[in-house]
Amino acid sequence: MAGRPRVALLVTCLADTLFPDVGKASVAVLERLGCEVVFPAAQTCCGQAHINTGYQRDALPLVRGFVETFEGFDAVVAPSGSCVGSVRHQHAIVARRFGDEALAQRAEGLAARTYELSEYLVDVLGVTDVGASYPHTVTYHPTCHSLRMLGVGDKPLALLRAVHGLQLVELPAAEECCGFGGTFAVKNADTSTAMLADKMSAVLTTGAEVCAASDSSCLMHIGGGLSRLKTGVRTVHLAEILASTDDVPAGVA
Amino acid sequence: MSVAPQERGKGAPQERGKRAPQERGKVVPQGRTLLPVVVHAPRGVGHLRGDESFPDAARGALADTQLRRNLGHATATIRDKRAKVVGEVDDWEALRTAGKAIKDHTMARLPELLTQLEANVTAAGGVVHWARDATEANQIVTRLVAETGSREVVKVKSMATQEIALNEALADAGIEAFETDLAELIVQLGDDKPSHILVPAIHKNRAEIRELFARTLPGVDPELTDDPAALAGAARQHLRERFLTAKVGISGANFAVADTGTLSVVESEGNGRMCLTLPETLITVMGIEKLVPTWQDLEVFLQLLPRSSTGERMNPYTSLWTGVHEGDGPQSFHLVLLDNGRTAVLADEAGRETLNCIRCSACLNVCPVYERAGGHAYGSVYPGPIGAILSPQLTGIEDNASLPYASTLCGACYEVCPVKIDIPSILVHLRAEHVEAQRETRRVPTAEAISMAAASWTMADASRWEKAQTASRAGRLLGRRRDKDAGRIRSLPGPLAAWTAARDAPRPPAETFRQWWARDRGADT
Repeated sequence: MAGRPRVALLVTCLADTLFPDVGKASVAVLERLGCEVVFPAAQTCCGQAHINTGYQRDALPLVRGFVETFEGFDAVVAPSGSCVGSVRHQHAIVARRFGDEALAQRAEGLAARTYELSEYLVDVLGVTDVGASYPHTVTYHPTCHSLRMLGVGDKPLALLRAVHGLQLVELPAAEECCGFGGTFAVKNADTSTAMLADKMSAVLTTGAEVCAASDSSCLMHIGGGLSRLKTGVRTVHLAEILASTDDVPAGVA
Repeated sequence: MSVAPQERGKGAPQERGKRAPQERGKVVPQGRTLLPVVVHAPRGVGHLRGDESFPDAARGALADTQLRRNLGHATATIRDKRAKVVGEVDDWEALRTAGKAIKDHTMARLPELLTQLEANVTAAGGVVHWARDATEANQIVTRLVAETGSREVVKVKSMATQEIALNEALADAGIEAFETDLAELIVQLGDDKPSHILVPAIHKNRAEIRELFARTLPGVDPELTDDPAALAGAARQHLRERFLTAKVGISGANFAVADTGTLSVVESEGNGRMCLTLPETLITVMGIEKLVPTWQDLEVFLQLLPRSSTGERMNPYTSLWTGVHEGDGPQSFHLVLLDNGRTAVLADEAGRETLNCIRCSACLNVCPVYERAGGHAYGSVYPGPIGAILSPQLTGIEDNASLPYASTLCGACYEVCPVKIDIPSILVHLRAEHVEAQRETRRVPTAEAISMAAASWTMADASRWEKAQTASRAGRLLGRRRDKDAGRIRSLPGPLAAWTAARDAPRPPAETFRQWWARDRGADT
């Protein structure tokens, strides 16, 4: 790649508001690998929660805002499989539902340059060893949208395996949904909780001290359950693990 | 409960039965309307609507520990079998693509292909009947059975006849229907409802089935054990008499071939073969979407279906029949083509591929929601992911409004679907249809609609969004006095209480990401 790659960070509304360390960690990893990271301050939300709850009409201004904010960049990177999934598979559908073909085409063009963090690191930068150090036992939940909407495959695992000091333990039934599902967690709270119980039980059987994933929303769900039950297992975003070094360990930055 | 057809502005079926053939050969008959009127499956008949919403129905199922164990065990077993036999087919993805292409093509030409099927079935000696809805189909079948003089029928497992509640309609006319599929028999003997497309009694374990047989089967061995072979033997003994005496068989169809007029039933137990060949009269009720254009197309589906469905390389019995043959099999064959809302599905470009479904039930077996809540929670004979998109489209979304939300959109269903139905996208589409319908019909918007609109307004502008983020940091104060864990909130108010019932919530940080960026990196970009 010629010159220094310039990356626009889509931090996601959730990480911006509740998990800023995930955004900071994404910046740290990308900069360590030589990228120029830009944070377009006009960004707010990709509209996924609106779209997946049926409010496509209300999502339309958010889709338009996303396109206008980011279309000047060659690459957009987000630390979220589901937000990238929404950009890639839903934005054009929303625009077309309300007859805005021009917006739909712009959205499709931008979607092709929007990457989930592990995709960008492995596919675009061609890196699996990002120079991280994280001396902990970790199990990884692959998250449904990363896995099935984006098809990131084992890219996150390849990144984790290259982390110095990290002991990766396989999560049983890893590909099964944790039960978050956005507003599903509230609308169908009982079923969501039943799914969460099984996911937590799988996490606990690994003996890992950390459950990692690439989506703050799923981690908020799994972590909320693990902490409620005082399991002593914490949830950490993949970006935070990749940002962690011997000099600046995760959680200290 | 039941709504007579006259009340719904339609004539009696007897009159329609006498209509000229050229008038009948259309999905939406010409002359009935010039505009694409959406006609859903009528209320008050059939099994497409539940008594309670999905979350309410699921609550009870989730608390039933025996049910949870039965479902967990059974779905895991079928899931593993399917994965194994699918994994050994090198061109599985190509087969899925072919299956989708054939079905897409079929739906695009459905009226024409149905007319072709009618002509070929008729030419081979069968009689074709067109049923606009469940009420008409039940009336047609009841009349046909009554005309034979028989008071009992044997049935092959069929989703279409479950959908229209044919057994109940026949019972009202004094005709007894005997289900001959083992799982369907279990459901019938227990006065239960099916909870799975392929394995209707999946919610029962063998000890429960032994108890049911011991209680309900006449002349059963009191020493009957819960050994599967012994249970099957008891059912076989009970059914054999029915097969040999029944004058009328009723079936559904897995496929109909337009260019030959051939019908097909795919099954495992051989009960279907007996129902299809022993009685004098055979009546087949088939949804209008169960069509393939040519004989050759069966090649694709007969590979896709058994591996996706039972996890077998090939099912034990594949029956194919074309009209009637003197001295061989039923001498009278009737095909009832059922619409019951399917034309409405066909009319919706975004939902249309739902009709591609071949009822394999692979999506049920991989669905984490189905595995925990079970089939009854869906309220319809079509449960699981496919039911969550099919039932609301057949009935109109207002009658099954909770079903499109009964999914985390995890996508496991799409991954296994043998005809590549993008179920998550259709769920999202139906949610949008529901919200739009509410927007049009409600004078006062729901609280959810108001909060979604407010969030949209706020998030459409970054400075408004930043102010809202600042306000939300008031959440830092929540619960602090009671909880020494300063990073977590244990109780939230309003609808979010459903979150904190089982999960802690993160306490908002002292600084948002964008505040950090502005502070750390100086200027905005």
